[in-house]
Amino acid sequence: MAIEHADVLRAAHLARLGLDEGDATHYLDDLGRILEMVDQLQSLDTEGVTPMAHPLDATQRLRADEVTETDQRDHFQQCAPAVENGLYLVPRVVE
Amino acid sequence: MHDKTLTELATGLSAGEFSSRELTQELLGRIDRLDGRLNSFISVTAKPALSAADRADATRADGQAGPLNGLPLALKDIFCTRGVRTSCGSRMLDNFVAPYDATIVEKLSEAGTVSLGKTNMDEFAMGSSNENSFYGPVKNPWDPSAVPGGSSGGSAAAVAAGLVPAAMGTDTGGSIRQPAAFCGITGLKPTYGRVSRYGMIAYASSLDQAGPMARSAADCALLLGAMAGHDGRDSTSVARGVPDYQSELDAPLNGLKIGLPVEYFGDGLDPAVEAAVREAVQVYESLGATVREVSLPHTHYAIPAYYVIAPAEASSNLSRFDGVRFGHRCEAPTDLIDLYKRSRAEGFGDEVKRRILIGTHTLSEGFFDAYYKKAQQVRRLIRQDFLDAFEEVDVLMGPASPTPAFDLGANKDPVSMYLQDIYTIAVNLAGIPGISVPAGFAGNRPVGLQILGTHFAEAQLLGVAHQFQQNTDWHLRRPAFAEESA
Repeated sequence: MAIEHADVLRAAHLARLGLDEGDATHYLDDLGRILEMVDQLQSLDTEGVTPMAHPLDATQRLRADEVTETDQRDHFQQCAPAVENGLYLVPRVVE
Repeated sequence: MHDKTLTELATGLSAGEFSSRELTQELLGRIDRLDGRLNSFISVTAKPALSAADRADATRADGQAGPLNGLPLALKDIFCTRGVRTSCGSRMLDNFVAPYDATIVEKLSEAGTVSLGKTNMDEFAMGSSNENSFYGPVKNPWDPSAVPGGSSGGSAAAVAAGLVPAAMGTDTGGSIRQPAAFCGITGLKPTYGRVSRYGMIAYASSLDQAGPMARSAADCALLLGAMAGHDGRDSTSVARGVPDYQSELDAPLNGLKIGLPVEYFGDGLDPAVEAAVREAVQVYESLGATVREVSLPHTHYAIPAYYVIAPAEASSNLSRFDGVRFGHRCEAPTDLIDLYKRSRAEGFGDEVKRRILIGTHTLSEGFFDAYYKKAQQVRRLIRQDFLDAFEEVDVLMGPASPTPAFDLGANKDPVSMYLQDIYTIAVNLAGIPGISVPAGFAGNRPVGLQILGTHFAEAQLLGVAHQFQQNTDWHLRRPAFAEESA
């Protein structure tokens, strides 16, 4: 399945990755060759094969619904770019 | 002291021949003098290392020393270390000082080991040459014009160069085994889930696994025992007892059934690598093992399946780097979307962007079934190949990589770089363990023999590797670089 210039820009937007037209052209060629290699999968008959999500077929383990963590907000916010009163600061979203 | 194994250093420490502080100082000095030529470390943590060494010496004086007490090592810069920059080889995390320790960091520290610092790596563990690091490429100590392999290239180079006796790595598609092979050291990728992933920055969560890189299989056994085990903070870590990995080191090889996958000896395999691997297999035959050919018929679908599954998981995992809670943030964002887009565009390198784009594209509406679902179906067939093979033989052997270490800059094209991982990637898809051990040279560059076992067969693999090292001296060879006068 070929990939188009518009697909690259769409993926970049979905991934919130800043990409200008020139960057998209640069990646288009690489991504096209990667997907061409990936397309070898299509030649294999996988009818009736269950998709494998986990190498040991494990399922999600559950635990008791109990508080086990202590509040470390100040500590964890030390590595944040901008915080105020315990909140993360970002550009205004709602006017 | 710098070219001894962990096992030898442990004996020296316990006999009082030297202290952990003396050993730590000696190695910090070597890093200071020699690593400028290798670039194997991103951060050297001399002060905390000396404090840890003093604590270990005090523990020993109190008669409380365990087997790893006072032994130095290094950590791939993918493991969160409290109070120390944890960059993952990326500009995105260049300013990130981790607020907590990864589980294996905690366990190794509790065992009394002394971390000398954080090793260089391909950005977010995406690469096979260590050329994708924000901190620059690492040189191979055997030949400075060659790559050390990747993504755990700094860990492999540091051990090979005698800067540290062991280092922790991670392996998502071969990132422990291939650099171990390229640098002439021993590296083990455990079974998926054997070692906790908590605090190990995620690349592809259904494939990632941490493991030891050292100078012998016996040293890897010592380290794995301290790293392995269930962790309530990683729901994919396996709730299963940790065996004594030293217990099978001396198991005789008589009657061991070795399978050679025909697909691992085909087109593209360097003749000198093949010759070294076949000679290693003959050593096993001379020690009483039997050898037969087996087939892993879906081998050639492993790289295509991996380059759907791993980028898909990566595109999801790396969405956490948003410029809001930690890591790089762009200057003067105009709105929230601009903040996300520019922070990520500036923070991530080329290969990481490629994989995020591939993953986002293949998971997007209209493409999911053809790519992701198909790849997961193929993944099951690949695992079944291995399970079928292990019905017939005990272990599989072959090359860790089709070539010895290639030249820096030799693989500019991403697809040709991906194809280098043909013998390692299927192992991660299947979740089985694998080890690479030094098995000779192709010219002046080391060759790695890869040994694979079924799920949770680490003790057996370590024993099979150890017996080889009892009967050969490839693992004792050191590059000229390791000599102080070089």
